[in-house]
Parts: sequence; C-alpha cells; structure tokens
Amino acid sequence: MSEPNAGPARYEIVRREDFSDVTYLLEVRHPEMARAARPGQFVIVMSRPEGERIPLTIADFDGERGTITLVIQAIGKTTREMQRDLAVGGSLYALVGPMGHPSATDGVKKVVCVGGGLGVAPIFPQARAFHEAGAYVIGVIGFRNKDLVFWEDKFRAVCDEFIICSDDGSVGMKGLVTEGIKVAASRHSDIDRLIAIGPPIMMRGCAELTRTLGITTIVSLNPVMVDGTGMCGGCRVRVGGRTRFACVDGPEFDAHTVDFDDLMLRLARFKAEERAALERWQQSCRIEAQPAAIASRQEGS
Amino acid sequence: MAAKKRTIRTIPRERTPMAEQPAAERARNFREVACGFTLAEALRESERCLLCPDEPCVRGCPVGIDIPGFIAKLGEKDIHGAFDVLSDTTLLPAICGRVCPQETQCEQVCTVGQTLEPVAIGRLERFVGDAAISESWSSVPFIEPAGFKVAIVGSGPAGMACAADMAKAGCQVTVFEAFQQPGGVLRYGIPEFRLPNEVVDAEIAKLVRLGITFRTNVLVGRLFTIEQLLTEMGFDAVFVGVGAGTPTFMDIPGEALARVVSANELLTRVNLMHARDFPSFDTPLGIGKKVAVIGAGNTAMDAMRVSLRLGAEKVMCVYRRSRDEAPARAEELHHAEDEGVQFHWLTNPIAILDDGSRGVGALRCQRMELGEPDASGRRRPVAIADSDFDLDCDTVVVAIGTDANPILGQTSGLALDDRGYLAVDADLATSIDGVFAGGDIVTGAATVIEAMGAGRRAARAMKRYLGLVDSDVPYDDGLGAAPFGLSGSGRDYVRVRAV
Repeated sequence: MSEPNAGPARYEIVRREDFSDVTYLLEVRHPEMARAARPGQFVIVMSRPEGERIPLTIADFDGERGTITLVIQAIGKTTREMQRDLAVGGSLYALVGPMGHPSATDGVKKVVCVGGGLGVAPIFPQARAFHEAGAYVIGVIGFRNKDLVFWEDKFRAVCDEFIICSDDGSVGMKGLVTEGIKVAASRHSDIDRLIAIGPPIMMRGCAELTRTLGITTIVSLNPVMVDGTGMCGGCRVRVGGRTRFACVDGPEFDAHTVDFDDLMLRLARFKAEERAALERWQQSCRIEAQPAAIASRQEGS
Repeated sequence: MAAKKRTIRTIPRERTPMAEQPAAERARNFREVACGFTLAEALRESERCLLCPDEPCVRGCPVGIDIPGFIAKLGEKDIHGAFDVLSDTTLLPAICGRVCPQETQCEQVCTVGQTLEPVAIGRLERFVGDAAISESWSSVPFIEPAGFKVAIVGSGPAGMACAADMAKAGCQVTVFEAFQQPGGVLRYGIPEFRLPNEVVDAEIAKLVRLGITFRTNVLVGRLFTIEQLLTEMGFDAVFVGVGAGTPTFMDIPGEALARVVSANELLTRVNLMHARDFPSFDTPLGIGKKVAVIGAGNTAMDAMRVSLRLGAEKVMCVYRRSRDEAPARAEELHHAEDEGVQFHWLTNPIAILDDGSRGVGALRCQRMELGEPDASGRRRPVAIADSDFDLDCDTVVVAIGTDANPILGQTSGLALDDRGYLAVDADLATSIDGVFAGGDIVTGAATVIEAMGAGRRAARAMKRYLGLVDSDVPYDDGLGAAPFGLSGSGRDYVRVRAV
C-alpha cells in the first residue's frame, strides 16, 4: 500500500532472460499482483507513456519474491522496442491486472497442457496448478526448432509426461502439437481435459482434433484490446453464437464453441497500421544507428 | 450593495453570446468549440441574474450550488469570492460549467427564463472555474484528521466528488483507477473539444492538494477485492463509482469486421491513448474516411465529431427513430449538424457488408416509420417492407449504449439488481456494510453532474456511517494551522488544525 502522496508506482524489472532472438522473459516486481495472480489470467502493460496497452498472459508468479513473470515474443513494434530497451533495474510505465477469470483446475484427473509459440510460457502455470491439484499432467509443447526451446526443466518438473514437438524434428518429435496430442491420446483413453494456448491457428487445430476425440478443450484467447476491463469491446469474439468479451468473460473459453474465423478476423484488424509502425520504427533505428557506426569507424582508424 | 433592485425590465434582455470557433474550422481541429466568456462578458451576464429570493436554480442543481451567491460575488468583480462560494458545493466548476446539461437543470427553472432567455449559469460557472485554474486558486478547507481510511473505486466524476467530501471531512482517502491516468469518463470519454484534458488535470491536482492519493493501474476486484479493502487493507469505508461502460453491440452480421468499433473504443483510443498522434504515440486509430455512427445519444455525437476532426470526409448518424426521439442533448445535436454530420433518421442497420478484404464496404439498412408508443413512452420504430438500401461507408462506430461492467459482480459479494447494476438503498449503501455506490454503476448511463451528485450523497451517508460531523468552520485563513498536503503559499493550500 503506498502512503498518501507517494510517487507513482514503479514496476521494476528484476530479471531478464533471453531465450532466443525473439523470445525474452521479464520478471517484474509487483507484490500485490504476485499474491493475487492465478493461472489463466493476464495483464496489460505499457512500456512508456506514449506506448500502447498490450495484453500479455502471465507466465509465472511468485508471491514470496513478490514478482510476476512475462514471456514476450518480439513481433511488432512495441514488443521489439521493449526487447531493445527494457533491462534489469528499468521499469514498466504501467502494469495492471491480473485480469480475466482464473482457470478452473478442480475435478480434473488427467489433463493435457498444450503450448505453442507465445502460448508456451503461459501454459506453464496451468500445468503447475493441475500438478499441485493432484492431476496427471501431460505436457505437449511445440517449438519451431531446437534453438527456441526454453523452460524444458520447469515443464518436466510438473508434468508426468512431456512431449516436445518441433517443425523440423530437431528436437522431440517432428510435427505440430496436434501430432503430440494424438500420441498422448493413443496412450491414454481417460483424458478429461485439454488446455491449449498459442496462435489461433494452432488452437483451432487442437479444437478440431479434440472434437473428434471427444475431449473437453479450453483455449485462452488474446485478441486486440485497449482497456482490458470490459470497456472498449475491442476484444469481442463469437463464442457459442454470442458476442463475448475476452477480457471480462474470458480469456478462456470452450474451444469447441469458439468461432476461430471470427477471432482471426479480429486479430488482423490493425495489420496495416502494425506493419507501418514496425517499418517506421526499424527505419528510425537504422538512422539512429548510423552516427554510432560512423563514430566507431573513426575510432578504429 | 445598495444598488438599485434589478427587475426583469432593467436587466440586459439578450443572453450574452459566447464566442465559438466557426463550425467549418472547428470540425477540423481538437481545440475547444466554445471559447468561454471574457471578464466583460461575464460581468454583463451576471447582471442578468435577478438574485431572486426563491432561488429555483439552486433546487434545479443536482448538487445545490448557491448560484445567486456566486453570481453576486462575480457581479462585484470578486472572482475569488465567487470561486469560494462555488467551492462550498462543487469541486469541479470548470468541468461542470462545460458538461452539465444546464438547460434541463438550473437554467430550465431560472426566473428570468420565464420571460427572457435564462441566465447563462453554466457559462458563468465555467468562467469562474477557468479563472481559478489559471490563477491556481484552490479552496482552503479546514481539515481535522478524523482517523478514518476511505477507499474510492473509480476516479471518474462520482469518485472525485465523494473523495473530495471525505477528504474535507478529515479522512485519509485513496482513489483507485484501472487506467494509467485518473479522471474516468472525463479522461477517456469526453473529447478534448468539449473538455480539455488540461482542465481535468487541473481539477485532479486540486484533489491531490486536499491530501487525496490516486493509485492508477489498479483493477479493484482482481488485484484485491472489495472485501479485502475492508479487511486486510484496513479501509473503514468504500465508495464504488466504476461507471457502466460495457458497450453493447447490435448482433448483426459483419460486426467482427475490421473498422467496426464501439464508440467507447474509438473515444478511448483518441482521448486517453492519443491515437490521433499515431505514430508518435503507438496506439493506432483504425478508422477510415467514411464513418457511419449507429446511435444518436451524447456518446454518438462525440464519436461523430471526433471522426470529423480525425479527417473523415463523410460522417453519418444512423438512428432507427426520428430526431425528436434522439437522446442527445439539443446542443450536442446542433453542434454535430453545424459541423456537417449527415443524419439518417428512421434508419435501422441490419448488416455490415464486407469490402472484400475484411474491411467495411457498406452498412445495409432498412427504413423505419413510427408506430405506437413503446415501454419508454417513445413511438416504436417499425420497419417498412422492402426498404433495404446500402449506405456507403468504410467504418462503423456502434454507439447504442452500455451495460453494467461485470467485474465487481464477478469478484465480490455485492448484490446486483436484475440488470446487473449494483443494488443500493436510499442512502446509496450496498449490501456490504460500509460499502456505498453511486453513478452509472447504480443508475446506468447518466450525466457527469448526476454522478457527482451521487458521489456527494454517498459521502453524506458514509460520514453518518463513520459518525463524522462536518466542521462548522469549513474554511480557514491559515492562522495557527500546520501545513498539510503540497506546499504552497498564502491561502492556496490545505491546512490541518493544530491538535
């Protein structure tokens, strides 16, 4: 609790880890949120006052350390700029959450936790929660190749079975996560839930497969949103023939009732603006880099 | 003071006009439409008030401002005195003077208004409020620490008003806001050309000087619950003023297309996130050149006028009833008409058509006619058979109203009414002891001043609940008092009586 007239809260970055060129981890101090967060919830982050509000699923939380962990993929302008600029000792301008309904872990005896792309990290606290609740946990995690693998030991610690899938077969089995799910399903006929987090195309693939397998499936949706509190309606998705807001009605929904075409349409809303922002930013990075390059050449001469 | 008694025959007959930016010019910029009174104009208008003894205007004001009192001070050129009178009842004159619907409140019942045009009370209030901001005046309440901690959930008009009253009563007040900046709808909703953000900043700075703490980026309900505020966090009372603000959609085909947005989303992107300065600010805007806005309330008018200022070539209002039934304030409708919005009355949207690349190609509508009155007392619009037609547009803004925000219902034991709003008794007390609520989260979408009025009513009930009596010496000259709050000079900061 801050005292009256205390300065603005500072969301300090206490740890950073780079898993690859595109994937990085930020551990941020926020003791209240670390206590409140539950698996399945997300936060909204602004890196600086002129920045945009971006939703990120919580990848881990530690009440004792008083921190939450975010794993971010540098894809667009904001996430790349954060990758370039945010370091230990620095801070985020805004961090609000935890948002959305926590996921339900009760009553599940055997669960498959599927993560791919940006969904690898956020599926971890789910797997851990199921493990702690006494469920038999099968982890199915997809990476494009061996070099992108991270948190294998963390997953192995909470999974009774762990299947890595890679696009090129350089690690684990070759193929998409749906291939991994087929393997799990062939070994176990009593899977009573599957959770999938990742790109919409992956989640749709999982949903189509589990529909035929008859496995209850939950997906976590991450559409474009502004406030994250039910106010803008930007994150609306069609679920079960109704308009739902991912931020306050979700972010998790029954995968077999989600209209993935609608979701993908919603995610592509700002494609042109996103591309333009990224190109402009990369251009400005090159211009900024030039004087430095000239200076280093002069030093060398 | 022994001036000749004013009568309806001696006062200036015509209401003093306020300069406005010309419609064609203002529709392309975000500067304020109404420029405000000069001192000479304010003095002239103040002479139109009869200072009549029955003061119907005071009863017409949701917060009961001593209107003749402040106008009399203004007439004596004592602008600081006028500000002090306003400060007794309202904390935010620069805001209320701009956004209150005076024509249905104080000005509607003005005695002068029975014969001539009513006194321009709102414009005078704004004049005094703006003077206070530019001169950095703030009211100087005499605060005695009461030893209570009060939490305010939501930093919009209801929360601001309640926070101010509780701070003046000596409570240690913390206001929680989910966004990165405080102000609620005054910040994210009402556009700059009606209420500049600088004015919101100035009014919030006053609250900080009262010793109020603002904690932004806090989503109450999820970061901690209402119940935790009262238990673990040690607050003695809580006021909930989170607004309504969950936009409703029409459930027509094509609503998922890019460039179909709620008015809330458009306004938040522009007002709070500065999307009109993209790419200097990172938030994109996502509207095109031909904008159809569905709905005809105040929020719809704001969305239309924002769209014009963002460079839209054509802005259309699409409403299924006729102009007479439009819920917007008359002045807002006039402004939108003057600025060139095209109105399509008795027009009901039935589908949004794809332009072939998942954007908006057109809005398919059907023509309506008015039938028998419905439950709202307005004549029900009925579709005319085979009247479908397509409106050419590339952006659709949905502004058909809002529902209750569900977060507190999901996360607390607060009782809700059958529409999902918070249930309260006549004192605005909720089902949880010590928790009060007011504003849009209780009533559904209403006005800024009604929300402020609710915040003040809740503060009165909260003071009774805590056993607090307001100081009978609310203002102090500063003698024998220890400074408190931000440092300042003279009478312009809050003091605490030495204990």
